[in-house]
Amino acid sequence: MNSVKIIEIKKSVFEDNNLDAEALRKELKLKGVFLLNLMSSPGSGKTTTLIQVINRIKDKIRVAVMEADIDSDVDAVKIKEATGIPSIQLHTGGMCHLDAEMTRQGLDNMPMEDVDLVILENVGNLVCPAEFDTGSSCNAMILSVPEGHDKPLKYPLMFSICDVVVVNKIDVLPYFDFDMEKCREYVRMRNPNTRVIPISAKTGEGVDEFASWLLEAVKNWKKH
Amino acid sequence: MHELGIVFYIIRDVKKAAQENGVERISAVVMNIGEVSTIVPEYIMDCWRWAADKEDLLRGAELKINTLPAVSYCENCGMEYETVRFGKTCPHCGCEKTYLLRGNEVEIKEIEVPNQ
Repeated sequence: MNSVKIIEIKKSVFEDNNLDAEALRKELKLKGVFLLNLMSSPGSGKTTTLIQVINRIKDKIRVAVMEADIDSDVDAVKIKEATGIPSIQLHTGGMCHLDAEMTRQGLDNMPMEDVDLVILENVGNLVCPAEFDTGSSCNAMILSVPEGHDKPLKYPLMFSICDVVVVNKIDVLPYFDFDMEKCREYVRMRNPNTRVIPISAKTGEGVDEFASWLLEAVKNWKKH
Repeated sequence: MHELGIVFYIIRDVKKAAQENGVERISAVVMNIGEVSTIVPEYIMDCWRWAADKEDLLRGAELKINTLPAVSYCENCGMEYETVRFGKTCPHCGCEKTYLLRGNEVEIKEIEVPNQ
């Protein structure tokens, strides 16, 4: 009655992607290119924040942007028009995240020899992008005030993998029950090393701090 | 909705394993999925049926799921406890300095091949 043969595999589904990501990270390190993986939920102000940051750093380092979305190219066009830097749009073909292989394909279309920093604007989503390592040098996410300070409790994985959490839209703090201290505390519970930077992409408040952090991170990446 | 992405990864790995073992037809794929892996079993089943039936190797193949319990460890008292029932707070000492020991696995355990 032995009608079925069993072949043992015992392999994590994420293993291949993790290996691809590690290889990509090494390659980028050798080339001296810093890849920032920027994540957030939809509508948190990623694109507006990017425009603010890029306009503060583009005279100091060479920046390029990869926009990842399920469809459309509105973000890539917006970035190019507002900052003048190279920007390409990736379509994930319905997938809710980018993986290391898709990231590599995107980078193949970039002028890598002329770039110090590539910012990858990942698909707006707090769940899936956290599970797939893109090969980035650093992970950052934007949390906006209207979303609430309890998000780190609800999306633990996302917050635990981020080096920086930018809290955007602080200009509307008076209208929301957002507790910045609670937010910092919850982020620390997920990852004690994560830095929290409150900003308003609209008024420009706090953006300098985010820009300085990014310049410093790129400098350190290129050093060793 | 990351289940579809996960299914594509499973199919890629299974195809590779089939090639390495000279297998042309698979009747079932057995997964170990942790309770807190954020995979929704019903969703992954739907995605599986849709995607697997597009592959000659996997047409009609069943996806079987073993659910693995989530267990957390308390750094304060050194005890283990059920994560899903008690969350971040240790039921033995009330401390929140706890971390997940296991329960976030998304692993292909084995494949079943019909004997010719």
